[in-house]
Amino acid sequence: MKRFGRFRTSVASIALLWGMTSAAMAVDLEFYFPVAVGGKAADTIKELTDEYAAANPGVNIDAVYAGSYGDTVTKALTASRGGKPPQLSVILSVDMFTLIDEEVIMPFDDLVETDEDKAWLQSFYPAFMENSQTGGKTYGIPFQRSTPVLYWNKEAFAEAGLDPDTPPSTWEETIEMGKKLVKKDGDGNVTRWGVRIPSSGFPYWLFQGLTTQNDVILANSDGNQTNFADPKVAEALQYLVDLSTKHEVMAPGIIEWGATPKAFFEGQTAMMWTSTGNLTNVRNNAPFDFGVGLLPGNVRRGAPTGGGNFYIFSDSSDEQKKAAFDFVKWISQPAQSAKWTIATGYVAPRPDTWETAEMKAYTDDFAPALVARDQLEFAVAELSTYQNQRVTAVFNDALAAAITGSKSVEDALAEAQKQADAILKEYR
Amino acid sequence: MMHRREWIYGWLFLSPALLFLFTFTHYPAVKTIVSSFFSTPRGKRPAKFIGIENYQALIQDEVFWKVLTNNFWFAVGTIPISVGLALLMALWVNSKLKGTTLSRIAFFAPTVLPLIAVANIWLFFYTPGFGLIDQFRSGLFGLPAINLLGNPDTVLAAMIVVAIWKEAGFFMIFYLAALQSIPPVLKEAADVEGASNFYYLRKILFPLLMPTTLFVSINAVINSFRLVDHIFVMTEGGPDNASSLLLYYIYETAFKYWQTGYAATLTVVMLILLSVLAIGQFFLFDRKVHYQ
Repeated sequence: MKRFGRFRTSVASIALLWGMTSAAMAVDLEFYFPVAVGGKAADTIKELTDEYAAANPGVNIDAVYAGSYGDTVTKALTASRGGKPPQLSVILSVDMFTLIDEEVIMPFDDLVETDEDKAWLQSFYPAFMENSQTGGKTYGIPFQRSTPVLYWNKEAFAEAGLDPDTPPSTWEETIEMGKKLVKKDGDGNVTRWGVRIPSSGFPYWLFQGLTTQNDVILANSDGNQTNFADPKVAEALQYLVDLSTKHEVMAPGIIEWGATPKAFFEGQTAMMWTSTGNLTNVRNNAPFDFGVGLLPGNVRRGAPTGGGNFYIFSDSSDEQKKAAFDFVKWISQPAQSAKWTIATGYVAPRPDTWETAEMKAYTDDFAPALVARDQLEFAVAELSTYQNQRVTAVFNDALAAAITGSKSVEDALAEAQKQADAILKEYR
Repeated sequence: MMHRREWIYGWLFLSPALLFLFTFTHYPAVKTIVSSFFSTPRGKRPAKFIGIENYQALIQDEVFWKVLTNNFWFAVGTIPISVGLALLMALWVNSKLKGTTLSRIAFFAPTVLPLIAVANIWLFFYTPGFGLIDQFRSGLFGLPAINLLGNPDTVLAAMIVVAIWKEAGFFMIFYLAALQSIPPVLKEAADVEGASNFYYLRKILFPLLMPTTLFVSINAVINSFRLVDHIFVMTEGGPDNASSLLLYYIYETAFKYWQTGYAATLTVVMLILLSVLAIGQFFLFDRKVHYQ
């Protein structure tokens, strides 16, 4: 009896000990990720987290698919307000100010210890870091990032008597070539437009391509001042409106994002502006030879960046923060980053990824993938401010009003600036 | 003693329903009204009492008035037509004509589909250039492409059509059930008396259908505030809020802009509107509704 009793105690103490050590050793991380493009993205994330967990037995990563970008930020903020934030999440780079304002994320600088860590923070393309830093601190690490590019239909170019290998490089050329590319049927109805710049939902993103090309920046890096009423912004918006109304090279009204690749495949438009995230889609579905190029320039070349960053949430234990930091460092290494880019089409966020053997093989086979990287040199931060969703909504409404002709370009922009000022007043 | 026990039983039977009603309806409603007088908490700055500031902002908010106007036209556009169509379809499939089973299925099918799926189908119908509507227009009449969703003048009407298509079949089911419960002797008696079909419809059928009409129209009113799923898929309220409705604006304010205090204020407006409309309908119809 006595022996049995001792046996029981020892089992209990071993169990207790084991419980304690595993608690001390294993770090649990919850990681929210969105999927904005179809198919493989979620599988690749799982693969990568499994690979990391296998190499680091002390860390358990629970990768949670959280829906669209919008759903993910909503979930992360709701969970934080409820006191159970994830340790790590991929969220739109433009939501940085919102997350800072809600006091839920922490700068990566606080977790940097070695010189190697410092060098790692410097290893990304500066165009992507513009949306990841404010007040001298880094809050986001670029991960699933993109930029809009120009796609053109080479067959349509040849048919219109244009050189199929030369896309327009300026605003003027877009109009000239566009006029040649427009095709009408016997009734005088347009069957093919010259160019298509989608404007539904979030017109500000592609419009930011135009403003950058006109050499004007929409918001300051502190995120508390917008520049919507600048005459150069008005000029860019007037150009966009004129493409439909004056030059008649683009369909009138609001143009749907979702239907844009399809319209391109159907030959309804000879050129389209859309995200690099569509590269694989176009490659698989375009029934004609197509080209991918930089967006045309005006005063200069230009494009916004877009997509999601890694954020570390501040309401976690020190071990969790360290493990989260280590994971982000690992997943952004060239080997992992190349795998991710090839699977999804997102732009690899650091130069050395492009030097890996896998990426070289991929770009040799499919050169258009390089266009996005080459455009980064001209790219600027995506419009982002405090109360970002509200400010961009105000701006989107103004753009939609001007595009549909319900307000003049100047009035729409002046009103948007006034409303943005009212919203951002408390952050100055 | 007996009396007391019955009283306990009564409350026990009521308690599950009451519990849910209080947790998910009454408590949130009261909490919303309280929140509407507070500012939005952000980070470590808690919500503070600001009196009627949110309500003052509401009055000056152009977007609020725009979505309210949109909602008014959306209700005016959807309720009478969907209820009227539902009645017509019910009379049609209740008749002894051939093919009624097929039409019943056809009329009811939109109700079974989730609104998100419906919206995606209609998005294709409306797509300029190669959408179904444009293929008809250019194929049959040689008309130019039309951008119904990209034009602030037509977008709300396009949304109304989707809502009617979705709802009419659902309401038809209620009318059909009501029609089938009407005893056939009434029709026979009317025939014997030499009443015309129209007279029978006006003087016998409609009054007997009144309870259903009340039920259906209250539902239609609620749905005209509640049905916003298709807006997420088709327009996101655009262009320039031309297709945004009150509930969609509440969603945007609360979960996109994170202005939870102001969103509570908007919700209070919606609560008041819905209560007034529902109570008003009861009073309006009360004298005309005959329950058997």
